[in-house]
Order: sequence, then C-alpha cells, then structure tokens
Amino acid sequence: MHRALPLMLTTALLMPSTVSSQDSAGAQVKRGEYLVSIAGCHDCHTPWMMGSAGPEPDMKRALSGHPQDVTISAPATLSPPWSGAMNPTSTGWSGTWGVSFSANLTSDPETGVLRDFTEQQFIQTMRTGRHQGQGRPILPPMPWPAYGNMTDDDLKAVFAYLRQVPPVKNKVPDPLPPKP
Amino acid sequence: MAKVLATTKLLQSRQGYWPVAVGAVLILLFASIPNVPAIPQPATAIPPSTLPETGLYADPVTLQVDPAHLAFAPQYPLWSDGATKRRWISLPPGTAIDGSDPEAWIFPVGTRFWKEFSFNGQRVETRYLERRADGQWLYAAYAWSPDGREAQLVSARGKRGAYPLAGGRSHTIPGVTDCKACHQGGPSEVLGFGTLQLSSERDAGAPHAELQPEPHVDLRYLVDRGLLVGLPKAVLDVPPRIAGVNETERAALGYMHGNCGHCHNERGSLQNIALFLRHSVMNAGEPASTSTVGQAVKKPAPGQSPDAVLRVEPGHPGRSALMQRVSSRSPALQMPPLGTEMIDNEAVRLLYRWIEEKGASVQQAHANAEGR
Repeated sequence: MHRALPLMLTTALLMPSTVSSQDSAGAQVKRGEYLVSIAGCHDCHTPWMMGSAGPEPDMKRALSGHPQDVTISAPATLSPPWSGAMNPTSTGWSGTWGVSFSANLTSDPETGVLRDFTEQQFIQTMRTGRHQGQGRPILPPMPWPAYGNMTDDDLKAVFAYLRQVPPVKNKVPDPLPPKP
Repeated sequence: MAKVLATTKLLQSRQGYWPVAVGAVLILLFASIPNVPAIPQPATAIPPSTLPETGLYADPVTLQVDPAHLAFAPQYPLWSDGATKRRWISLPPGTAIDGSDPEAWIFPVGTRFWKEFSFNGQRVETRYLERRADGQWLYAAYAWSPDGREAQLVSARGKRGAYPLAGGRSHTIPGVTDCKACHQGGPSEVLGFGTLQLSSERDAGAPHAELQPEPHVDLRYLVDRGLLVGLPKAVLDVPPRIAGVNETERAALGYMHGNCGHCHNERGSLQNIALFLRHSVMNAGEPASTSTVGQAVKKPAPGQSPDAVLRVEPGHPGRSALMQRVSSRSPALQMPPLGTEMIDNEAVRLLYRWIEEKGASVQQAHANAEGR
C-alpha cells in the first residue's frame, strides 16, 4: 500500500488534467461538426441522392467527395447565359475552369485528401486557396475565400472534426481541363 | 431572399431537386472566383500608392535609382517566364544584417527590397518588401504603365494579363497571398539574398545565370562594410557551394534551391512531405539529391503518369515525377505551382541531363561492385 501510494497520488493528480484535455478535444470536435454543418460542406462534399422527400445528402457517405463510380468525362456543354453546371450528386462541377470534383474529406488513410495535411497546412489552404497552403490552386466552387475568414480556432475545430469523420474509401477522380 | 426561396420552391415542385438552386447560387458566387475579394490581410500599413514613394529613385522623373541602394543578383535566379530582373536592397544607415544563422538572416527594421521585372525591354512590374517596426514584412507590387513612366500599386489580389507571353498566356502579377505562399514557406521571408545565393563561388552553369551588377555584392562585400555581422567565420573563409558530383549536378541542385527550396525545405510547413530542395550551408550532404533520387512519390499529383513512382529515377528522366512536374504548366501538375506560366526549357534540359547522368553513375557503381 505504501509503495502504491505515490502511484495513486500521481494518478489522482493527473486525472483531472487528462479528463479536462479530453473534454477540450471533444468540445473542439463538436464545434467543428457544428461549423461543418452550417458552412455548407455537405452541399458538395457529401454525395446527394433522391430520398423519400426529395434530394438529400447520403450521410452514409458523408464528406466522401465525388463518388469514384460516377464517371464524368467532359465539361458540360452550356450556352449563354449559363456559365456553370453540376451533376445530380452535387459533387461534380463544370465551369470555365473545366470540371472539378469535390474531395474526399473523410479520414480514409488511402483516399482521404487530408491524410497528408497538418493542421497548419489545412489552415493555410483555407487562407490561400492552395493545396496544403502552397501548392496547386483549389478549383471553384470551393468557397475558400469565405472560409479563409474563419478564425484559427474555428479552422482548427473543423480540421479536428474532419480528422475523425468515419473513413470512406473513395478515390475521387482528377479534375478535367476546360474545353479548348 | 424571397426570390431565392421562391425559385427554390419552384425547382422543388417541378423537379424535386432543390440542390440545383443551391448549386446555381454557388456557381454565381464562384464561377468567377478570381473576382471574389481576397481574404483580409493582417492589419499592416498600407503600401505607398506609387513606386517612387517607396524611395527607390533618387530622381523619379529620370528614374535614376538612388545610388545608396545596393544592386545585387543571386547566383541561382528564380525563373519568371524569361523576365529580365533588376534587384536592390536598402538598409537603414548604421544597421546591419544578422547572419549568425546562415540559413536565416535577420534583417533590420526598415530594410527594403525591390525587384523589377521586364519583358522585351519593357518594365512590367516592380515588387517591394519592407520590414516594418513590428517585425512583419510589408508586401507590395507596382504595375508599370505601358509607356514606362509610372508604376502604380497593384491590388492585393494581384493583376492578370500584365504582359502577353507566348501561346496566349500572359504574365500575372501575383497577389499578396501568393507572394506569401512562397516567401513564408521557409526559414526566412527574404529569398534570393542569403548565404548561398551571395557566395563568391558563383556557379557559372546555373540556368539563366546573371552577371553581378556593380558593386558586386557578395558575402565578403557585405561583411567588409559591416553590413552583415555574425556570419560564422568558416562560411566566410570557405565560400559555400553546392557539393555536386559534377557541374551538372551542382547546377541542377542549385536550380532547385533557387526555384523550389523556398517551399520544399526542412523548416517550413511542408516539411512533412520530406522533400528538401533547399541547400543547407551548415549541414553536410545535399538533401535535394538524397530526398529525390530513388525516393518514392508520396501522393501523385493530378495528371501525373502512373509510371512515375519515384521522384527521381536515375537514368529515366521521362518517368521521374520531378521531371513531369517541372515540364508541365497544367495548373494541377505544374511546379512551381505559381509565379510562372511558361516552362523553363533550359532548366528542363539541365534536370533531364542530371537524371540521365545519375543513371550512368548508378550503372557504373554496379559494374564496379560486380568487378570486385
């Protein structure tokens, strides 16, 4: 008992901070979930399907991006005054930039786009509109100029939430160039 | 708002597909993404509205540069679609650069840099950096009028179509966000004015090597005049140079130092990629070689061919990911990802030769091993 006392004391001292840390992380994830729900992330990053009351996001594939089995091979053919179009799953977008496909934001280690992102890179991506903050441009209609106005804490919360979204293995196709 | 709701209801009733309305709104909002206002920058001073107000010229009418400013040229210049460049630095009187960390010099408050870009003899833009009292750098770019008489501050979002290039492309004056994407990617926000770039051991084989303008600013020049203090003596005694196995490799690694290393380095936010193209003055070895040659591609870029499984495959430049990326100007694939619209053919030839020669040296090494 005497030997165990220091261990028990240490455990007792550490326990509150551990619990507090877990609470804090949990609160951050909840905050991120809330922000994702109000910022319209599901509008493009979750495939839509026809439900009993009309189109709705397929939450079984939440935030998994453009489905790999939905093939789009060319930009939409549009005539004035139209300048853009989207497909029925709301994950493929055609415009002057070509065709963009919404990314898989889930935690899937093979196909999730954020698998190599650090928290800092995620924040920078929203600030600069560039992949990992410094790379290729992120294509429309991703509204990064709006999300770039979020605070660091909000963006960290979004990132924390996305990192624990259940993985969905879905390899999103590469974007297509615009028509020549 | 009522109109949007009405439209939504209409779409819902006719097609049962209200995301169309959402999509339409989003498309209207983002189809012309370049016109969306850029994110607010941190509160900094507003740059002067004209270039002469930054203090570059002694005579704004004749555009005579203030002789107190020092013209310089890095030994491994950044490729900017063939632009001719002139550069100057100004240090406040009585101040000096702290070079005690040779990888990241510290510049005194009040330091100013200018870089002028010309195409076919026509000035197009001049970029400006100034270290403010709060330690932050102020970023600005000035676009020249076609007659070359005036240079006005460009919007923080940059300016497209600043000068026509080949193939229907055009030079873009980058926005502040893009400037920072590169300048804040490593240990120092100042690029092109550092230990390796100002070494007196200049690489004659560097792509687009420039003659040093008067007064030939290099490490010795700065130290002798008290403008650079704290630089380790060893660096001064033995001017730094890239330790390539031959002149091809020296130039290739130097090119990547000057064109890629500001993002791909060991100290910046992309360090988790483990692609280190910035030469280190203090550490032995050449990370630009060790982190590319024979190293697997972590995540292929859109448009990259499936056979490019290695960053650099010795003897096979065509299926080396590095070659595919520097040889492209497809936005998703190209490297560097910004600041250039045209492929740097001279650099492509150099890097191609380097990878071919790496293959020959690997074969030779194998032959030697078998002969033993």
